[in-house]
Amino acid sequence: MSDAGGPGTITVASRLSGFMRGGGLLIPLITALIAFLVGGVVVAAAGGNPLDTYRAIFEGSGLNWLFPWVTGDDRTLAALNLQQTLILTTPLILTGLAVAFAFRAGLFNIGGQGQYLVGTFAAVYVGSSLDGTPALLHVVIAMIAGSVAGAVWAGIAGLLKATTGANEVVSTIMLNWTAVFVGSYLFALGGPLHSDDPASQSIPVSNDVFESARLPVFWGDPELQGLHIGIFIALVAAGLFWVLLNRSVTGYEVRAVGFNPDAAEYGGISAGRNYVKVMVICGLLAGLAGALDVLGWQFRLATNDIQVSYVGYYGIAVALLGRNTAFGTVVAALLFGALLNGSSVRNLDPTVFDPQLATNLTYIIQGLIVLFVSAPVLVTSLSPGRLRRRFRRRRAAEAQAG
Amino acid sequence: MHALLGENGAGKSTLMNVLYGLLQPDEGEIVLRGEPVRIGSPREAIGMRIGMVHQHFMLIPVMTVAENVVLASEPRKGVLLDRDAAERRVRELSERFGLVVDPRAYVEDIGVGQQQRVEILRVLHRGADILVLDEPTAVLTAQETAELFKVLRTLTAEGVSVVFISHKLREVLDIADRVTVLRRGVKVGTVDTDGATEASLAKLMVGRDVLFTVEKDAAAAGEPLLEVEDLEVEDDRGLMAVRGLSLRVRAGEIVGVAGVDGNGQSELVEAITGLRVPRGGHIRVGGKDVTGAGVRGALTAGIGHIAEDRHRRGLILDFSLSENLALREYRRPPLSRLGLLSPKRMEQQARPLLEQYDVRGGRPETTAGSLSGGNQQKVVIARELAEEPKVTVAAQPTRGLDVGAIEFVHKRLLEQRDAGRGVLLVSLELEEIRSLSDRVLVIYEGRIVAELAPDVSDEELGVAMLGGKVRSP
Repeated sequence: MSDAGGPGTITVASRLSGFMRGGGLLIPLITALIAFLVGGVVVAAAGGNPLDTYRAIFEGSGLNWLFPWVTGDDRTLAALNLQQTLILTTPLILTGLAVAFAFRAGLFNIGGQGQYLVGTFAAVYVGSSLDGTPALLHVVIAMIAGSVAGAVWAGIAGLLKATTGANEVVSTIMLNWTAVFVGSYLFALGGPLHSDDPASQSIPVSNDVFESARLPVFWGDPELQGLHIGIFIALVAAGLFWVLLNRSVTGYEVRAVGFNPDAAEYGGISAGRNYVKVMVICGLLAGLAGALDVLGWQFRLATNDIQVSYVGYYGIAVALLGRNTAFGTVVAALLFGALLNGSSVRNLDPTVFDPQLATNLTYIIQGLIVLFVSAPVLVTSLSPGRLRRRFRRRRAAEAQAG
Repeated sequence: MHALLGENGAGKSTLMNVLYGLLQPDEGEIVLRGEPVRIGSPREAIGMRIGMVHQHFMLIPVMTVAENVVLASEPRKGVLLDRDAAERRVRELSERFGLVVDPRAYVEDIGVGQQQRVEILRVLHRGADILVLDEPTAVLTAQETAELFKVLRTLTAEGVSVVFISHKLREVLDIADRVTVLRRGVKVGTVDTDGATEASLAKLMVGRDVLFTVEKDAAAAGEPLLEVEDLEVEDDRGLMAVRGLSLRVRAGEIVGVAGVDGNGQSELVEAITGLRVPRGGHIRVGGKDVTGAGVRGALTAGIGHIAEDRHRRGLILDFSLSENLALREYRRPPLSRLGLLSPKRMEQQARPLLEQYDVRGGRPETTAGSLSGGNQQKVVIARELAEEPKVTVAAQPTRGLDVGAIEFVHKRLLEQRDAGRGVLLVSLELEEIRSLSDRVLVIYEGRIVAELAPDVSDEELGVAMLGGKVRSP
């Protein structure tokens, strides 16, 4: 396989990931803070009160459940809201990890959305067939099917990069659209996977996932979309991500290729083979996200769901804000989950701020976060103290190196 | 013309960055033309007619020479660039200072020496009369260096002051009027080059006497460890760079490969070390055929590789030293078991190596990028020699290093030889080839065209390198 990146290529992805690993927690915090401040200005300009709005979003996210003084009906409501937040957080953790892992290998995986979607297709297909399979086995097979589908989808982009040098940004974007249209075809009226249920003959939707393939709910009422155990699967995946990246031979190779493909080659590591391996792992994660959504709370897939889904794209912002680390990604996913749920039409009090606008506010905050992490100069230049410290450190290092 | 001399990391570049406004001094002042000044940014430095040519060029490859020269202070026609005026300006400067370069050529198409001229022209275009050159010869061939020196002499004759940063003693003696020597951030002396010698400067620079000639016993060469037969290798463009080359390295000898740059040296090294698959021929290490066996195959067979470009190949600058030291061994126990790495054992391996190879300022967790060039090279050498490879392929092992570090590298290579292992030394520094090698092979257009004794005259070696007198090897 040819070294597709070319000798000494510094990709945007590797530069971004390099920036994001330096500097600890400060920059992501500042980044999020500025994004919220600018978002507040937008709220004020739209005639709302920023503080009240953020408060309402916070309560809508259910995070006030964590405060012991919230009691009675408020507490019941908060629990329901928090369950919804965590349901949204679950796939965001996984799609975030799918982007972060690629970043660490110097790849920019924009394809989380497509990988997530094919994961939902495979999971809904397996979950709604194989009737009579024992419960635990059925759900595990369906999860594996979703992950593998995502892995194959992402593997295509990795293979193209390794063999022909095709830029992964372009190929993953193309694969996202391909996934949307494949899904729109599969579940369309009369499509190959369109529902057999006579009541659904006029709705472009899949068959329902059997009870045996549904993830158990451990918090809240299953009838009211309680929290399924997928959140733990996502957290375990984040733990495995850390081990894989920092404590495994594979992770060493991935990081080596991400930093310097030429030196990696000198160490006997094939950059091309690694590109495929990395993309497959990314696809596993994003595909699993799709499976957890289908098996945890959606239970069926309509073409409309496929066309309006953004879970994979949010993963990019989650990874950027989380600095491509396991822990950071989990925290960033929770933040985005809370924002999305708190600003949703259902949860936000329309007298405080128009929920339609609030959803856009979430997009604005997301956009600003992506902008700020992509433009490091903006954030660092706002903090002259940091720059001075860095120069002092560098001087000290030079003096020491003598 | 004033030269600034010092070891790697002695503070030469830092000092000049302060002068150019890139860094701010903590204490002290800069006196310019009799007046104390504060230089807050490169823009202010340019305003004070100070110009700097960095070690790494800052040109835009897709633009022409003229466009690069006038960048940021363009002659305009309305809102548009006045291309003719720009080209005229470049021609005018070229002629005045003897810097010949085609103003219409694209920067990506011209050689490194030419690009450096463009950098110098740009500085002159902005009216600088103090020119700072940061290690200008590091990237140049001997011939290009000679041309640069001619240009610099013209510049001083025209009244431009030149500050010349270097760690190469001979160059400094050659070109500068006075030399200031730095050691670990402190000025240790300013001397006139008249009356100074390489030895006296080296002593100032390192703080002790430095051996220029390598002391070594006669080689006791044994059985062949590396055999290369009729090797054919293509370069990146698919052109045959190594054409039927054969050579042998026996146990207990250092074989030098001398030649003008670009005669197939890099491709030869890459083929032997498994980075490039040969088109034909055979490579055997200790009798075992490793042709096309890849990096791991070569490594397992006993090839160590001190890579030509330590930043590109030899080190991962963002990795810690212990991770860099593990680059060859991370797949095997004790560094990893069942696919899981042990950072603790990596650190345990790194600590004694860093001490043994005298890597200053380096702890296992330090990132490689924060070390000076000499210490980085020590890390590479520590990794490659720790495994006691049968044959060490050393490509330009002392490029960009100061005298102290060069001495260190040479000693380590001789140790390999004296321990009965083989060394293939590929270098553009003839002095290095002569002083270390037991046999000198001359490479020309991808073939070995002569085998010479290390004490052969310069003329004879030079003639052979240009493909003149072909002897059978």
